[in-house]
Amino acid sequence: MTEREKILGRIREALSVAAPRPGGAHAESTPAAASVMAQSSTPRSWLPKVGEGYAERLELFRQQSSDLKTELRVVASTGGFRDELRRLRESDGWKKIGAHAGTLVKGAIADLGLPVCWTDSGYKVEELENCDAGITECDALVAQTGSVLITSRSAGGRALSVLPPHHVVLARRSQLLADLPEAFALIRQRYGTDYPSFISFVTGPSRTGDIERILVLGAHGPRKLTILLSEE
Amino acid sequence: MNTSARQFKEQATLLTQDLRHRQLIQTAIGKYEVVRDRVRSRYQDWNAARQAAAEIKWEAVNHLDEHLTRFATQLEARGAKVHWASTGAQAREIITNLLREKQARSIIKSKAMTSEEIHLNAALEQAGFEVVESDLGEFIVQLRKEPPYHIVFPAMHLTRHQISELFTRELGSAPTADPEELTLIARRVLRQKYVRADVGFTGANFAIAETGMISITENEGNARLTAALPQVMVTLLGIEKILPRLEDLALFLPMLATVGAGQGLTCYNSFYGGPRRPGEPDGPEEYHVVLLDNRRTELLADAEQRDSLHCIRCGGCLNVCPIYRNVGGHSYGTTYSGPVGSVITPHLRGLLEWKHLSYASSLCGACTDICPVKIDLHHHLLQNRRNASASKPSRLERLAFKVFAYVINRPGCYALVKKVGRMAQRLHPLVKGSRLDPAYAWTKTRDLPPIAKQTFKEYWSSRK
Repeated sequence: MTEREKILGRIREALSVAAPRPGGAHAESTPAAASVMAQSSTPRSWLPKVGEGYAERLELFRQQSSDLKTELRVVASTGGFRDELRRLRESDGWKKIGAHAGTLVKGAIADLGLPVCWTDSGYKVEELENCDAGITECDALVAQTGSVLITSRSAGGRALSVLPPHHVVLARRSQLLADLPEAFALIRQRYGTDYPSFISFVTGPSRTGDIERILVLGAHGPRKLTILLSEE
Repeated sequence: MNTSARQFKEQATLLTQDLRHRQLIQTAIGKYEVVRDRVRSRYQDWNAARQAAAEIKWEAVNHLDEHLTRFATQLEARGAKVHWASTGAQAREIITNLLREKQARSIIKSKAMTSEEIHLNAALEQAGFEVVESDLGEFIVQLRKEPPYHIVFPAMHLTRHQISELFTRELGSAPTADPEELTLIARRVLRQKYVRADVGFTGANFAIAETGMISITENEGNARLTAALPQVMVTLLGIEKILPRLEDLALFLPMLATVGAGQGLTCYNSFYGGPRRPGEPDGPEEYHVVLLDNRRTELLADAEQRDSLHCIRCGGCLNVCPIYRNVGGHSYGTTYSGPVGSVITPHLRGLLEWKHLSYASSLCGACTDICPVKIDLHHHLLQNRRNASASKPSRLERLAFKVFAYVINRPGCYALVKKVGRMAQRLHPLVKGSRLDPAYAWTKTRDLPPIAKQTFKEYWSSRK
């Protein structure tokens, strides 16, 4: 008998005695979760509230970004990405950037005049590590939590968005979602038949509180997270 | 008293008297409490969310065989290899053999309590591998050669000065009292390790049955680097980490962040469902997942306490526990400390050896109230006490209760005892706190409130 069969056997034997439902004697009358979670509207009524409409979502996303120390810049059109990147190049003294061949990224960095480490078909770790910023697209922004949803397909692999000291995200207005249930619905709709090997919610720049619970940014990942949002 | 119990008592006695240590813990937890309560207050209905989370975990744990099978099948369909380990020794052997087969030399690790549970680092080092913890707190305690102090904040018991001294001694860095500077030192050292590491090792916060993915919650980005750079990735997780559906995370990720760290969502919540896919630029070529039982099925067999397998290791119960906050994480001598550790350790490591932890509680129930998946922690501590005394009854305790039952069933006798007690208490200061005191164990650190001059009955009959 394999260990797999032994473990599954022990589990089945253990489960032959039923356990009481959660909440015990003080259980509140809530419908069974299995049916609840099927429709994404119910967790929505428990989680932190998100307003209706783009303006309210943007306001919440702005508030969350500021709390998280994410830099959010809203530009009128995707053409505005170029100006913002030039500004960052100057203010932060960028010498080299990492990027992937997404439509938004290619357009935004075309005239930046910096050497680029493209990650799409493999790269040297040392080279990417020496880049001053990693510029990626994303799948969505989440107003509720101030998060950026990325995958290995939408953001140039696993490392581009975490290895360089600055992660710059390019996003469009239509990508700003209300909350986590909506983001999970998007993941299923977009990738449900073939998931990427890596999916991540990025919520602010890398941080740690491991020394006396004092917040320090840039623990292992990027010290800076900039989100450029085009209202187009 | 057995060794574990004696050690617990000695350590606890020492640490409760250590005011500096208590101050450090109170400050750290105090900061956490403020942000936790602020974030929690934003939920529209925190209690409904807890009830739903508890029911989802109930569904997962009570159909564990189906969900685990599905999880493994899905992962393997995408090219991962799933290993099953009944014991810690088996898991260590699987991982050691794998590393040998890959001719690996250095392993970069992101935080995993299961690896602490099976003492993986010691085994790997003994087998000649270099193992480096990459989570800052874990890196610090690894340099100090001690176990994590807290399941979420491993180095909570250390000051920045102690950490600076440690880095100066072990890494040769210049002394500094700036946490940012200290973090940078660790970042620089660990970056080099990442680039060189042959294998990346992680734990998992959740395992999604439906899609065959693991989910890792972190703030630093060290787990993301661990899963991105080395060519081989290994994940070790307990079989109870299962959640049925991907969407369940929409509830569990924010709840874990809220209670665990006082954050709306932690910095990185990443899902991994296999090695690098065709067309993807990076990620490991090989992905191995090791599923660990290590007596979890024994806990599963106890229907009364099965819900303690719902635990998502947020550490919330540690933070609110008046015992944990005073005796500290190391006194327990267990991998999982605090209330949940006191509940599950007797199941995982032997009831009679670890039953003393069931008494490391004021039974105030703060743990049960904070638990995001509604584990009935303080009642489980009582059940462990009951089970321990049923399997090995204490003769003294039995005698005491027999005497008590005799007295309480005879009103005349009870009245007499009260009168004698009231008189005897006046003489008590003569022996209080000394070995002559029959209640020495209790009275050496506590005062007994004076017995009232008049009983209620006496008052009632005299009031006309």
